[in-house]
Amino acid sequence: MSEDAPTSTATSERSAGLPAQSPPVDPAVTHATAGKTAAPRLSWWSGDGGEGAKRNLGLIGVLVALVVIGIATRPDLYSDSSWVWGNFLTILKLASVVGVVTVGMTFVIIGGGIDLSVGAIIAIAGVWSTTVATQNFGAGGMIFTALVVGLSVGLINGLLISYGKLVPFIATLAMLVAARGLAAEISNKQTQVSDNDFINGIAANSLLGIPLLVYILAAVVIGGWVLLNRTTFGRRTVAVGGNPEAARLAGINVKRHTVLLYALSGLCCGIAAIMLTSQATSAQAAMANLYELDAIAAAIIGGTLLSGGRGTIVGSLLGVLIFSTITNLFAINGLSTEAQNMVKGGIIVAAVLIQQVQFGSLGKFLRRNRATTA
Amino acid sequence: MTQHSRRRLLFGGAAIGAGVLLAGCTSNEESSNEAQINTNSGGNANAEPGQAVTIGFSAPAADHGWLAAITTNAQAQAKAYSDVTFNMVEAGADAAAQRAALSTLISQKPTVIVMLPHDGKELNAAGLEAMQAGIPVVNLDRAFPDDKAYRTQILGDNYGMGVSAANFIIAQMKAKGVSAPIIGEIAGMDELELTQERSRGFSETLAQAGFRVANRRAARFTADSGQQEATGLFQAVQKLDAVWNHDDDQGIGVMAAINQANRKEFIMVGGAGSKKAMEDIQADNTPLKATVTYSPSMASSAVSLARLIGQNRGMSDLVELQVPKSIVLASETITKENASNYLKLGF
Repeated sequence: MSEDAPTSTATSERSAGLPAQSPPVDPAVTHATAGKTAAPRLSWWSGDGGEGAKRNLGLIGVLVALVVIGIATRPDLYSDSSWVWGNFLTILKLASVVGVVTVGMTFVIIGGGIDLSVGAIIAIAGVWSTTVATQNFGAGGMIFTALVVGLSVGLINGLLISYGKLVPFIATLAMLVAARGLAAEISNKQTQVSDNDFINGIAANSLLGIPLLVYILAAVVIGGWVLLNRTTFGRRTVAVGGNPEAARLAGINVKRHTVLLYALSGLCCGIAAIMLTSQATSAQAAMANLYELDAIAAAIIGGTLLSGGRGTIVGSLLGVLIFSTITNLFAINGLSTEAQNMVKGGIIVAAVLIQQVQFGSLGKFLRRNRATTA
Repeated sequence: MTQHSRRRLLFGGAAIGAGVLLAGCTSNEESSNEAQINTNSGGNANAEPGQAVTIGFSAPAADHGWLAAITTNAQAQAKAYSDVTFNMVEAGADAAAQRAALSTLISQKPTVIVMLPHDGKELNAAGLEAMQAGIPVVNLDRAFPDDKAYRTQILGDNYGMGVSAANFIIAQMKAKGVSAPIIGEIAGMDELELTQERSRGFSETLAQAGFRVANRRAARFTADSGQQEATGLFQAVQKLDAVWNHDDDQGIGVMAAINQANRKEFIMVGGAGSKKAMEDIQADNTPLKATVTYSPSMASSAVSLARLIGQNRGMSDLVELQVPKSIVLASETITKENASNYLKLGF
């Protein structure tokens, strides 16, 4: 717990993508923190510190564009300021469940893995926490159950991957199938209605005009940001994802760390299960359908590198917000889900394409092209 | 070191404790509904035990309430007959898996097969194969395009559901004196033909009264998708007069969204006829005022018909000596007035 001291926090700020911030880089500190990974993995750490900020500004641009499209297509709704505020909160509520899942997913992907089982973990945690027996324990029992079930399933994923040496894709794919099967078994394939007023109230109630779900999302995002950018755990995650062999040589227990990452993802799914159960006032084995794809897509368009070693919580959050804003845009215009899915797919491709274009090298490429054609 | 091991012990103990506690939390005793079966108490001649019949049954793996009720009903109805042996095969997750399960079933040579196909078109060949092997097929709910692929079909009326829902809304609007109502629709899975049929019946009937659907969202028959789509609908349309939600199971989520958005200005019609929806209609303190049936009791009837076919008997109220080729259930409208009659058919 002590080989990297928390003195280098200033440099890590860039990975959160705060715009207009370029703290001076202390090479000694950087070197000490990254250990032997410093030389090959310097880029995420100090080389292109401004890149995350630029990317996030681009995502904010996309969000603004979506809102402008909304204003242009439904001026009648957008002229009502109370509707605009209510709609903003609705978008945040819509984003809250996937947002919480995406925070866990971002950690897993930065750590060099992938978790395809998040939707299934939500289903099993949601179903397990709404059985008649669990509901008899009240809200505390339901929340405890959802969190412990999510955490445990995540732990199993992590153990299979670290110590069973399964490829993450296969291990979590197997978990996706198995967890939904168990959820169907427990629920006896029925929709289980939650009769608990406290649980149902999480989605229905607000504090100071802001829905409780939004507070939960904010808490998880801030917690995730601090964990990634201000703790040894976060720095180890980046190191493990960037170059696991170097991380191991630097003294990081890569296997244990990988287990913890999947457990963290599972825990996030447990939290999400409570939120989704509360929204739907019920749980069933088919709930949270395809949330794994939503979370992965949001993390990727948020700038998380699918091969690991790079990613930001703020970027992932923006990715989630873009998707929920699109969903909202299609709903208020009464357009079909098919069209919406096509646009979503297009946006994922476009976002990744844009990220691949490095503007510096693009300029170089153009110059060279001009030189050859001339 | 001792501290380390003590911590391990503590964590280990907590984990085992939580595990034991949670394992006890999977019980679901109270939530099981009673199956809807015909117990033949009326002195019907067909109730007398006859020739022994083996009924093979195949339906998609149930992932929501209606399909679960289909399987439960079929099993319970078969159990009510002393002369029926029930052989159920799990049909798996898609049409290909069901096709494989069916060829296993056909090779076991049951007297009759009752099948709820994933998709009537995709399983048409399996129906033909069984019929050619000399096993009569009773198609449940999703019609085969080819007449030779089934001996009897018993279907729900998807188009009729839409018609009934629209008629109820038209009558209510006329009674309230609303001439141009704003109507919302929350459909089920859009890729299923039955959803298209329901929506077609709804919009065509509304059009006859000069009404139209202002905003239509498609959910996925699950409560969480119902909640999401309903929230989107409420965001898009600030004042609604009526909403039709295709499925009462996803309706749990729609009702949650109504509560969360605090919208009470409209009337809502449900679909399928779950027990919870009927109770809400009876209580009359939510926008849900009616539901149009699409009852899973058709599975019980399908087993009864399969037994009669296997025993070469007809339906005793009809003159014909054989079971008819096709039965389409009427979609009934359940309101506060008649909900008590239907409660026993709710799932």
